[in-house]
Amino acid sequence: MADEVVLLDTWAGTFGMRVRIALAEKGVKYEYKEENINKKSPLLLQMNPIHKKVPVLIHNGKPICESAIIVQYIDEVWNDKAPILPSDPYERAHARFWVDYVDKKVYPAWNKMWLSNEEEHEAAKKELISIFKQLEETLGDKPFYGGDTFGFVDVGLITFCCWFYTFETYGNFKMEAECPKLIPWVKRCMQRETVSKILPNEKEVYNAVVEMKKELESK
Amino acid sequence: MAEEVVLLDFWRSPFGMRVRIALAEKGIKYEYKEEDLRNKSPLLLQMNPVHKKIPVLIHKGKPICESLIVVQYIEEVWNDRNPLLPSDPYKRAQARFWADYVDKKIYDLGSKFRTSRGEEKKAAKKELIEALKLLEEQLGDKTYFGGNNLGFVDIALVPFYAWFKANDAFGPLNIERKCPKFVAWAKRCMQKESVSKSLPDQNKVYEFIVERRKKLGIE
Repeated sequence: MADEVVLLDTWAGTFGMRVRIALAEKGVKYEYKEENINKKSPLLLQMNPIHKKVPVLIHNGKPICESAIIVQYIDEVWNDKAPILPSDPYERAHARFWVDYVDKKVYPAWNKMWLSNEEEHEAAKKELISIFKQLEETLGDKPFYGGDTFGFVDVGLITFCCWFYTFETYGNFKMEAECPKLIPWVKRCMQRETVSKILPNEKEVYNAVVEMKKELESK
Repeated sequence: MAEEVVLLDFWRSPFGMRVRIALAEKGIKYEYKEEDLRNKSPLLLQMNPVHKKIPVLIHKGKPICESLIVVQYIEEVWNDRNPLLPSDPYKRAQARFWADYVDKKIYDLGSKFRTSRGEEKKAAKKELIEALKLLEEQLGDKTYFGGNNLGFVDIALVPFYAWFKANDAFGPLNIERKCPKFVAWAKRCMQKESVSKSLPDQNKVYEFIVERRKKLGIE
């Protein structure tokens, strides 16, 4: 019986992109369903009643939620090619730690920056930059976070890169100036078709964010 | 060798308790080092420079941080006995999801309930009870979340039972009445030596809370 794989997601969602990249790396065919966050489908509410969020992977009718958990699931089920997590337990713990770091830090800092008033804005911007500086330091001289191969942390972080233009514009800074060592890593990841075909154009992301902010402010 | 495994911890930390339970379940000898969180040791700052938090497991000189990541590491290294996670990828994803749910909900709501007053306290209590009821539903008729044996979700959640018991004097949360299944489950867990030896003395916790509330001016 062929596997039935469905992904509930939104086009600009950094967490969903992780899942799309993982599925592409494994060559898994799936049905993509775009969700409207302001009008969630009955299927989404049924498949993720706890958090009511995307992404949700539905594999043969059974849902898996939370992007980092989904990527690990994909790695474990389609374990015949393109390993995403390292095989060594210590390296795995290290990879999980840094994806957890991205999860705990990036989005909250961004949220603080774009929703803040003038006073808080500078502090939020500094925080966001310091987070990326830490990630730059963690990469070091390696071609990928996974070492020689594209891995869990690369998948976990690269999706935020299509948001760089948005961060830069709202924060009035340049990622290239603040974290120059990250840029070659971004370019290296973008050379992979699995990444370049999935990440949306960063100006489109920015326009969508501008629209979102207008909507929020008009409420 | 016991000195191959070192745990930097704090006696009251529910996150540290998770690691203690996992180590006990696997029968691993280790050296326990109590940290003074107001005066963190150079070792802690060296081993967890990013978050500067406990617990930190140091195995053969290499640190592993974040309690759920540590428990998974313990599971993967000492994989010859007492499995803490299911072998089936879907069930593993579910276990990770619910442990993540405990992380996202129980600690924060518990803290809010403990330290707030009036309407805020009422709202935190309501949300906390709802979260526990959801977990009860997840447990169903099973002995443990892990089935017949203690598993990942049991380990993630049971340390918070100690907190609730101690805090009942200040609520009351009335969890005995509102979440009887949760309490019954927790008592079953406490009958296991790996759990009862890893959780702190209830009286010590109670005394600490009395002091803390006085300091915060809640009494």
